[in-house]
Amino acid sequence: MPGTVSIRRRVTDWTTYVLCLACVVFAIGILVIIVSSSVQHALPAFQGSGVGLFTRAEPLPCSYAPGGIPCNDFGGIEPVLEGTFYLMVLASAIAIPIGVLAGVFLSEYGRNPLGRTLSFLVDVLAGVPSIVVGLFIFSVVLWWQPTIVYSVISGGLALAVIMLPVVVRTTEESLKLVPQSTREAALALGIPRYRSILQIILPNGAGALVTGALLAVARAGGESAPLLLLELQPRIGFTGWTHSIVPIPLLVYLWGFTEPNANWQADAWAAAVTLIGIMLALSLCARFLLKRRLPGSGM
Amino acid sequence: MIPSPPTPRPRRRPGLRRALEWVFAGGTGALAVLSALVFVAILAVMVHNSYPTILHYGPGFITGTVWDPVTDVYTGAYPFILGTLVTSAIALLLGVPISLGIAIFLSERVRGWIATTAAAGVELLAAIPSVVYGLWAFVVLVPFMRTSVEPALHTWLGGVPGLGTLFPATHSGTDVLTAGIILSVMLIPTVSAVSRESMAQVPGAQREAALALGATHWETTRTAVLPYARTGILGAIILGLGRALGETMAVLMTIGNSDAVPTSLFSQGQSIASAIANEFTNASPKEASALVEAAVLLMGITVLVNVIARLMVRGLFRAPEVRA
Repeated sequence: MPGTVSIRRRVTDWTTYVLCLACVVFAIGILVIIVSSSVQHALPAFQGSGVGLFTRAEPLPCSYAPGGIPCNDFGGIEPVLEGTFYLMVLASAIAIPIGVLAGVFLSEYGRNPLGRTLSFLVDVLAGVPSIVVGLFIFSVVLWWQPTIVYSVISGGLALAVIMLPVVVRTTEESLKLVPQSTREAALALGIPRYRSILQIILPNGAGALVTGALLAVARAGGESAPLLLLELQPRIGFTGWTHSIVPIPLLVYLWGFTEPNANWQADAWAAAVTLIGIMLALSLCARFLLKRRLPGSGM
Repeated sequence: MIPSPPTPRPRRRPGLRRALEWVFAGGTGALAVLSALVFVAILAVMVHNSYPTILHYGPGFITGTVWDPVTDVYTGAYPFILGTLVTSAIALLLGVPISLGIAIFLSERVRGWIATTAAAGVELLAAIPSVVYGLWAFVVLVPFMRTSVEPALHTWLGGVPGLGTLFPATHSGTDVLTAGIILSVMLIPTVSAVSRESMAQVPGAQREAALALGATHWETTRTAVLPYARTGILGAIILGLGRALGETMAVLMTIGNSDAVPTSLFSQGQSIASAIANEFTNASPKEASALVEAAVLLMGITVLVNVIARLMVRGLFRAPEVRA
């Protein structure tokens, strides 16, 4: 009965529809604009270096180089790929095992006041701004080993602190999705509790664990604020765990924001495009795994 | 005939089994305690390192307006606190309506593959690292603000009594307003996803009842869905606020990094996070201690905000415990 709804109400309904749609279009438009303008700014670097962008060391613009030094206007970002790799390996090696086991405890033994308190504190840790984590690691390493304040180790520690709460909470939440009856069935068969956790409950939630790890890696891999305090800028490739290193996001800041040379700026944009690519891939993987998990998880 | 079960393997000694149980529970428990203690350690170290400043300035640190690295005089972090609060306020003011529009559209107005695809698109905004937002804002948004938006705002609003002083004739594009705008974009994925999640929790019967009474889709959303999802939406907004308050890189690259108290929306300024990133490496011991105290303040605010938000959205992401 179309006549029963007044014109005014129908217009309101239609207007709100259009306004809400406009919000969605705006958000996706911003995404498209940021990605396309990054690609556009990075084009000179891609054209100048081609695939060499990912294999060559940083450029030394000929206008800067004193006579006699071999110079190249188009270098690459290979050293920062190394930087991100080594920092993430270290951070993951620390945060993922600790986080998964801590999450196991909170899910399997933590349904009591102690578990809830620990869980709450981990949540609070997730809310600490990353720059504060950088300051914290700076202070701790300065007190522990003053010579390695600016190093892969200190940067990796900071990223591990950022990853830790993500890993703990996703592990905890995904293991809680494993039906209680599975636990009871394992216990009824006389399997020791630790074995039922390791061989039955963990494999059941494995997809979610991988998703959690991916999300944590994505969060830490895009992080540059704490590394601003923990890495010295001039040296950018990997020369040892106790030496400073620059990962992709930090290069985006250093060359994009503080460097006037156009070639280096183009390289910064190329690094930004690479970073966006990695992040989008990680987030699509996480989304795919999550979708596959849901139907079979009894939800 | 029931076949006889195979002979069970000989069981391990019960003593060993009990020991392994204890080792496993104790080991994982120790790691859980360690994870939780990281926060306590951060708090302790930060308070310890800023102790001289805390004793020296007392509560006046919040209202003191002088921050001068050249003469090494610091009376308080008011310029940074103001910069943090103003940029976050702008971010919420602009970002929250858009986020709610997205959440309403995706949860109430469309279904099927359009909703899934659009939701994925919005969520991808969260996959862009903050330093890329910063670089984009610095290279694309700042010139646009300087040449188009800020002159227009000055022409429209500069003459309004009182309000006009917020939109002066002098503008550079790198200022509090630009930082707030880029932050507003950055909080869209968080706020819209969490609000949408809380709208999805509203029982379908609630909507059907409103529709059966003859309400339009918008009236259904307004009277049956939004009131029901109120707490979750508020939690989502506060969660977004927590993100905006602690954001470093995007603010650092757009706010202009000046230690003076911002006097208008077109003033250059500094948030607590960007001040730490900008000045800590070259800080004198006195400034470093003051910066750490500012960090303690920032941490206090964000932790408080996050705790409130999580209490409000609690249960949203906590899976129901399935019992047989």
